[in-house]
Amino acid sequence: MTQDKLIRRVLKPVVWVLCLGPLGGLAWLAYSGGLTANPIEFLNRYLGEWALKFVIFALAITPLRGLTGWAGLTRFRRLLGLFAFFYVVLHLSSYVGLDQYFDWNAIWLDITKRTYITVGMVAAVILLALAVTSTKGMIKRIGGKNWNRLHKLVYLAAAAGCLHFFMMRKGVQLEPLMYGGAVLLLLGYRLVGYLKKRRRKSRLAVA
Amino acid sequence: MLIKSANASDVKSSEITPKSLFDARRQFLRTAAIAGVGFAAGSIAPPAFARTGRGKKLAGVQPTKWTQDSLGEDLTDYESITSYNNFYEFGTGKQDPALYAKDFQPKPWSVVVDGEVDNPGTYSYEDLIKPHKLEERVYRFRCVEAWSMVIPWVGLPLADLVKRLGPKNDAKYVAFETLNDPERMSGQRRQVLEWPYREGLRMDEAMNPLTLMAVGLYGEELPSQNGAPIRLVVPWKYGFKSIKSIVRISFTKDQPPTSWNMAGAREYGFYSNVNPGKNHPRWSQAKERRIGEFLKRPTLSFNGYEEDVAALYTGMDLNKFY
Ligand code: HEM
Repeated sequence: MTQDKLIRRVLKPVVWVLCLGPLGGLAWLAYSGGLTANPIEFLNRYLGEWALKFVIFALAITPLRGLTGWAGLTRFRRLLGLFAFFYVVLHLSSYVGLDQYFDWNAIWLDITKRTYITVGMVAAVILLALAVTSTKGMIKRIGGKNWNRLHKLVYLAAAAGCLHFFMMRKGVQLEPLMYGGAVLLLLGYRLVGYLKKRRRKSRLAVA
Repeated sequence: MLIKSANASDVKSSEITPKSLFDARRQFLRTAAIAGVGFAAGSIAPPAFARTGRGKKLAGVQPTKWTQDSLGEDLTDYESITSYNNFYEFGTGKQDPALYAKDFQPKPWSVVVDGEVDNPGTYSYEDLIKPHKLEERVYRFRCVEAWSMVIPWVGLPLADLVKRLGPKNDAKYVAFETLNDPERMSGQRRQVLEWPYREGLRMDEAMNPLTLMAVGLYGEELPSQNGAPIRLVVPWKYGFKSIKSIVRISFTKDQPPTSWNMAGAREYGFYSNVNPGKNHPRWSQAKERRIGEFLKRPTLSFNGYEEDVAALYTGMDLNKFY
């Protein structure tokens, strides 16, 4: 089997199923009584955390490619990004349909008045823009260079997702800091790469 | 439900939530999970949690006028009350306290009484409680996070205890502290808050007949995750005012520092009375989710105890003194 076939026929389906794992986990928790006494809160948080995890997974692809040298990894990036968006949509749906039960007035007040919700909204809108521009047709229409530039916004979405999480919790809690640390690490990797490249360029310019 | 004797207090939670309804809800959750549907109008109740043995029955518990009937609302089931807790001393997750307080041995326990008081000293738990009759009181409990429960507490009026301890004339506040022992309370190994947890009441709030020192719930000794062996219950204030596992009671001239106020003064005031008109900066306080119900219900002014406590705050701007 060629590498391309291996990726298309085996690895991608496997990753797809793995990406649906959190929903399976949820079904199991519901069945076994693990949703706590406040299942709506639990569900909303569970989906929010998985959305952020998938943003982080997608961001981890480039550094992993650098570290392992396997270029094939890039083939999974869009998949992971779209799953991030998928979990954001579920997170948002559970907020609108379960937590607020379509109380649009309350939802509007939340979005405009509660900073952590506003910040979450910013992240969600960015991820929406990135998701709809990720079809083959759209990439072609926008052009690779512009597309790359647009998709740099994922850094902002990741940061906003972490901030949203940190602000929502009471006190200084560990989990939001761990997610924030992961995002900082992944962005730091890119910053170091960028600085190295610039140094090389300026050295070339001097020579 | 009146609890007249140790025997009568033997209430299984299956009697409070009828077994058939309980099973029906459980079935609903299963169906929902399998269908991938997360909601339906009606109530979503927790499925059965593994019951890790209930506490010791408390003897001689007197009925009071604060009953389930007089409140006219359903009791929250025992499993929910004891498996869904905010008690950061045992971790920040809702299920952490039940998990990590399992091996916590509350007894022997002692409480230091100090400050502007006639009878200071270190009291054993028994010495502190013994002279008082235990009462059952069914109260609403409203968390600052906009969820609520109805809990049948067992305890003694704080006013009786305060009178016995004999505050001096210049004692204007009562301050409380939770045990600070990271060895036994694993959540304290991280500085989520500045330990020990601290709370306080103005003297007239402490003396209000509603204010309770609780030592039990559902007719039994308090489980560790609910603040064993002794905690405060102030039903017209947000839950975090009802400090758990108390080891110190101080009578002070000045308003004592309180933990959440220290962590974020803009979000948590000293008074923290339940007030649907004053939103938390990060979320609305207008409604609350009663544990076990699907739709949110409107939050009541002073958590429904306005008649009993509004007079404490006449002339105060409750938007300023939140
Ligand atoms: C309009 C957009 C959004 C809204 C209205 C929203 C709403 C919420 C709400 C209400 C909570 C608090 C739940 C609770 O109090 O229990 C929450 C938590 C959270 N949200 Fe969002 N969210 C949005 C977008 C996002 C996005 C884009 C992400 C991730 C990329 C995200 C990740 C999270 C996380 C990680 C939590 C915390 C979960 C936890 O505490 O365990 N949210 N969100």
